Amino acid sequence: MDWTLYIYKTIFLFIILLVTLVVAMYSTYGERKVAAFMQDRRGPNRAGPFGLLQPLADGVKMFMKEEIIPLSANRVLFILGPSIAMTTALLTGVVIPWGGNLTIGGREFSMQIADLNIGILYVFAMVSIGVYGIMIGGWASNNKYALYGSIRAASQMISYELAMGMAIVALVITTGSLSLHEIVQQQHGMHWNVFYQPLGFLLFLTCAFAETNRAPFDLPECETELVGGYHTEYSSMKLGFYLFAEYINMFISSAVIATVYFGGYNMPFIDQLGLSPNALTLLGTAFFFMKIFFFIFLFMWVRWTLPRFRYDQLMNLGWKGLIPLAMFNIVATGVYYYFFELT
Amino acid sequence: MQQLTNRSKVVSDKKMTFLEKIYLPAIVKGMAITLKHFFRKKSTISYPEQTRPFSEIYRGQHVLKRDDLGRERCTACGLCAVACPAEAITMISAERKPGEENLYREEKYASTYEINMLRCIFCGDCEEACPKEAIFLTDRIVASEYKRDPFVYGKDILVEPLDPNKRIDVSKRQTESVLKFKQNKRFAHNK
Amino acid sequence: MVFLFYFLSAIMVISALLVVFSKSPINNVIYLIICFIAMAGHYILLNAQFLAVVHIIVYTGAIMVLFLFVIMLLNLNKAIIPQKSAAARILAVVTGGLFFLVLIAATRQTFVITPRYAFTSEIGLVANVGKTLFHEFLLPFEISSVLFISAMVGAVMFGKRDHSVGDD
Repeated sequence: MDWTLYIYKTIFLFIILLVTLVVAMYSTYGERKVAAFMQDRRGPNRAGPFGLLQPLADGVKMFMKEEIIPLSANRVLFILGPSIAMTTALLTGVVIPWGGNLTIGGREFSMQIADLNIGILYVFAMVSIGVYGIMIGGWASNNKYALYGSIRAASQMISYELAMGMAIVALVITTGSLSLHEIVQQQHGMHWNVFYQPLGFLLFLTCAFAETNRAPFDLPECETELVGGYHTEYSSMKLGFYLFAEYINMFISSAVIATVYFGGYNMPFIDQLGLSPNALTLLGTAFFFMKIFFFIFLFMWVRWTLPRFRYDQLMNLGWKGLIPLAMFNIVATGVYYYFFELT
Repeated sequence: MQQLTNRSKVVSDKKMTFLEKIYLPAIVKGMAITLKHFFRKKSTISYPEQTRPFSEIYRGQHVLKRDDLGRERCTACGLCAVACPAEAITMISAERKPGEENLYREEKYASTYEINMLRCIFCGDCEEACPKEAIFLTDRIVASEYKRDPFVYGKDILVEPLDPNKRIDVSKRQTESVLKFKQNKRFAHNK
Repeated sequence: MVFLFYFLSAIMVISALLVVFSKSPINNVIYLIICFIAMAGHYILLNAQFLAVVHIIVYTGAIMVLFLFVIMLLNLNKAIIPQKSAAARILAVVTGGLFFLVLIAATRQTFVITPRYAFTSEIGLVANVGKTLFHEFLLPFEISSVLFISAMVGAVMFGKRDHSVGDD
């Protein structure tokens, strides 16, 4: 038994958990600030300097609220819903390579919890289980709006998962590996996949918006039609879990996009700096987080710019737009690699 | 049809061109607009610390003025109540007793004078109608209450304090044009 | 590892039994999902990561979602579930039992437990699975994909509006 490795992994797991939660917490703050700035407002600025303690205040508020379970709801499933949403959201961070290798006391430790050789499929699996959180919660509420919301969520996620998977298939043709660690390492030195798979990137990005139920694909929770959508009946921290899971998903999908298409922790000109390996690793991690934050900002930017799709437009775009494009992308990539690369 | 501005656009449901169909150019355009707003000067202010300046002729809570000697100017003529479109003003007149000359300017005064602030629409017609320059609207805001009754303001709130230092300044409302208007021969008794 | 095996097996068996015995259809589906996830755990124990993940994506994430979808939309009043007579129930049990017997008899005779490949820990990894699929089993693989295409085309045909009936 290699105890140092176990201890390292455990500590690292907790760090990742903490970072994920903190980033998600401050995404709520960032969301409100970005929304405010784009609407010529100031946003939250009362709690602490620049309103930086706002997420804490929100959290305290959420915990203090009365816990309501509707009388006609299915109690067990009603509680199970948000739990699944939160758990699956947190589980995804395990396979993402947060950085290169750290050397502590003469030993190399990877800044990735599990380097699965099917890493990217694991992400898909977790996302597809995440639908249950919304579906079960929406059904258990025994409310028509909640049910509508959950049905929309499920059909939307299944439709867009297809296009997302196909975008990734084309990418896998170029990388030849499903392991996120390897995909990142192949992109060393500005060989970012986005330059080789621009169409795939656009498809993946669009589907990521749909998968996280963010605007312009936030039909499952659109207030104007469905009150609160699947979380209409939820209150207190169970509602908090749903909202929080959405922000965690946003963080994780940003991380996946940065990893898969934007070189992960790779930095341009990193070899010319001449720093020690540990410093380089940490610098790479910092750069990785900058990329993630950019994508989180992009998520918010899009949300406060684009209006929501109508349901039939959503399905049209998914099935008649993105999936044929993704198929074309696969064929084009395959043909190119068959004739030009793999001789 | 005659167009009032040239900003209106004719909407049509013609078939979208290819560029419109792939949404992307429109999306980029929209996002550029929001990004421009992101860096723009904010149009809101942090309220309790900063306040927006009131207009010089802001019409807020009324005041019943006293004259220089501290006597109430109101003579309960009822013109304000007649002018009031919301019928918010009521009053009861009384005769000045001997020895009250230092309290009331004229022989007749208002023993009660009430304005229902829930009815009032702050149009300023009362001020316009007043021949004695007794009632003015000020830049004070009517305070909020939990019940309806306190909104009926009596003389205790409306009449300005006796203390010369605590008088309510309405000079802003007596702009040149207003004063000129009031110096009209027809209002000569107003001095 | 052995402990994990028994643990997952217990979850699987219990949830599978609950699928059969629980009354509410929604609970049935959820127990089936649990059963599938435990099965994915078994695949991982065999180091068949690819199979495990694909199992979760396809069965748990897509097919069961559709099941749940349909059941959610059904009006689940007790009144509309038909009450079978006692005779029908007994008949059902007898038929089911007979079928079970036939199955056992068949499997006892036909299964030859000599695997084609010796088990190695690498056998379930994605590269090996892919090579096997696209070299040795290319034809069945492609034929099954043709089957899926035909299913898709059929679904599209069903979904298409019939213009000959009348314009609306």
